[in-house]
Amino acid sequence: MTWSPILLDVIRAVLIFAAVMTLVPFLVLAERRISAWIQNRVGPNRVGPMGTLQPLADVIKLVFKEEIVPARADRVLYSLGPLLSFAPAAIAFAAIPVGRGLQVVDMSVGVLFVITATSLAVYGISFGGWASNNKFSLLGGLRSSAQIISYEIAMGLALISVIMTTGSVSLSQISEGQTSFLCWNIFRQPIAFVIFFTAAFAENNRLPFDLPECESELVGGYHTEYSGMKFGMYFLAEYVAMIVMSAMVVTLFLGAWSPGFALPEGLLGTVISVGVFSFKLFAVLFFYIWVRWTLPRFRYDQLMHLGWKSLVPLAMANIVVTGIVVTIWDAVQ
Amino acid sequence: MECTLRPYLPIAVYGALVLGTGFSLTLASSIFGPRVRRLEKESTYECGSLPLGSSRERFSVKFYLVAILFVLFDIETVFLVPWAVVYRSMGLFGLLEMLAFMGILLLGFVYAWKRGGFDWE
Amino acid sequence: MSFSDSIFWVFATTAVVPAFLILFTRSIVRMAFLLLGSLAGFAGLYLQLNAAFLGFTQVMVYIGGILILFLFGVMLTQRSDIPVREKVGPALAVPGFFAGLLLMAALLFIALQNPWKTHPPVPVTEPDTPVIGIKLLSTYILPFEAVSILLLAAMVGATYIARVQAPGAPDGQAELSDSNAEGRLE
Repeated sequence: MTWSPILLDVIRAVLIFAAVMTLVPFLVLAERRISAWIQNRVGPNRVGPMGTLQPLADVIKLVFKEEIVPARADRVLYSLGPLLSFAPAAIAFAAIPVGRGLQVVDMSVGVLFVITATSLAVYGISFGGWASNNKFSLLGGLRSSAQIISYEIAMGLALISVIMTTGSVSLSQISEGQTSFLCWNIFRQPIAFVIFFTAAFAENNRLPFDLPECESELVGGYHTEYSGMKFGMYFLAEYVAMIVMSAMVVTLFLGAWSPGFALPEGLLGTVISVGVFSFKLFAVLFFYIWVRWTLPRFRYDQLMHLGWKSLVPLAMANIVVTGIVVTIWDAVQ
Repeated sequence: MECTLRPYLPIAVYGALVLGTGFSLTLASSIFGPRVRRLEKESTYECGSLPLGSSRERFSVKFYLVAILFVLFDIETVFLVPWAVVYRSMGLFGLLEMLAFMGILLLGFVYAWKRGGFDWE
Repeated sequence: MSFSDSIFWVFATTAVVPAFLILFTRSIVRMAFLLLGSLAGFAGLYLQLNAAFLGFTQVMVYIGGILILFLFGVMLTQRSDIPVREKVGPALAVPGFFAGLLLMAALLFIALQNPWKTHPPVPVTEPDTPVIGIKLLSTYILPFEAVSILLLAAMVGATYIARVQAPGAPDGQAELSDSNAEGRLE
């Protein structure tokens, strides 16, 4: 046993974690600037050049805010709620290859790992909502949990058809299978792509599925009673989850780190692959923000109907069609 | 090191970083923020008016049904994963097998649908 | 004690300590939270046994699914105006105590008497998911199909028990009619 591979692993883990955590403030800023641009406003542009220091100012403000724990709240679970929301979302990123051969850990069951970890976000929301001892929080948490688990089914079934075509649940193998442009899964599994992407919006509680924080009905939803940095952590968790989901969309459907043609061997190729991955990630994130500031919100019954009555049957049909097509294709070949 | 968990070492490091950040952020406001306790401030927030009734409201049994259906479909998904991985090496047999599995599940799905399990008011 | 043994003890503690604490917790929601820790410990043990697929299945199904079901069930039934803890008189407490003692003795007896078959860890040369897939479609094909029937039964049962029907319709009437249209009338 030598120390250098271990050291390399540690450095890689630290670097990738740092990259994700650095991306979050810029994503928040991007969201505010883009929304301002879409709505023909100015947006934050005072703190630092072009408002780039605004997220830092926000964090400092949140840290120095008073934290109000509501009377009769369950203090332990109330404090753990934001952490339970943030930690699984952040850990999920560990299995995603951000460049050729560059990921925190190459798991043989990477797809399952990410889906499992993101699904645990339900607990931060439901425990936090319950512990606040507020009916709006409770209802918000409940709605959110039901929404997340409903769309998780559609997402899981959409993934099954992707796994059928790729024949692997390892994210690095799925990435390597998409090196040439026509092999991108968006072309091989367009329906699964649509289902997965839609479900990703719902999993992240993003508009048009942001019912948990439907202001007109539920005040702030599950985080009504949260203040200070604990509120900030729910916010952070939302953006980290958004990054993870976008990275999954890129990895599973948009050719991962591949630009569509073969990359040069060695370090240069790796650097290019990281750049390509980041570019795709930013494009998907931009799309996320764009959708949020363009579409209105669904009603709760519409949301559940879309999940259970449209996406789930569609995903099931997609599995059957994929099965038949793949069998015929392999027989012909 | 003869340890089956060696591949998970980086994720342990990564997880420690996440948890460390998470805990310090959780504590941040209570360390740096002011603390002035007032009864009004700590009372349950209900848009400024006095809280009405219990905050542990009862809710529709529909949510519970959604959770049950979720568990069932989750198990189904989990069973389909290993099948999907080896699907291409199975040929026609794999296809028939899956059609049987999915067909039986579809029956349950249709039943739940017909009974209004997916209807929300 | 080797390194891998100490890891085992970490997971085992994670699995057992929360389970023990549940006995002394009053709030049911906190119990659910402790269960989360306990189940995560078991998932860790599976990972250590080279069963990554099983480990993540454990997290996905038990933590991600069953526990949510518990939580919803608790939130559905718990009300602040009904005390969770009821006073238990000696007429119930004394037999309860002895019954518990008896059960514990029986379990301990079995645990200590049973010749546990342990064998050295199987070296893993390939990911376990395809292996499970092939086994499911060959050796264990009948259980695999039986599972789908079991799931069907559970789905039918759950829908039936939850008595989901269009509001206002008398029991059992709205079952197969278009419940959507009836709901609209409300």
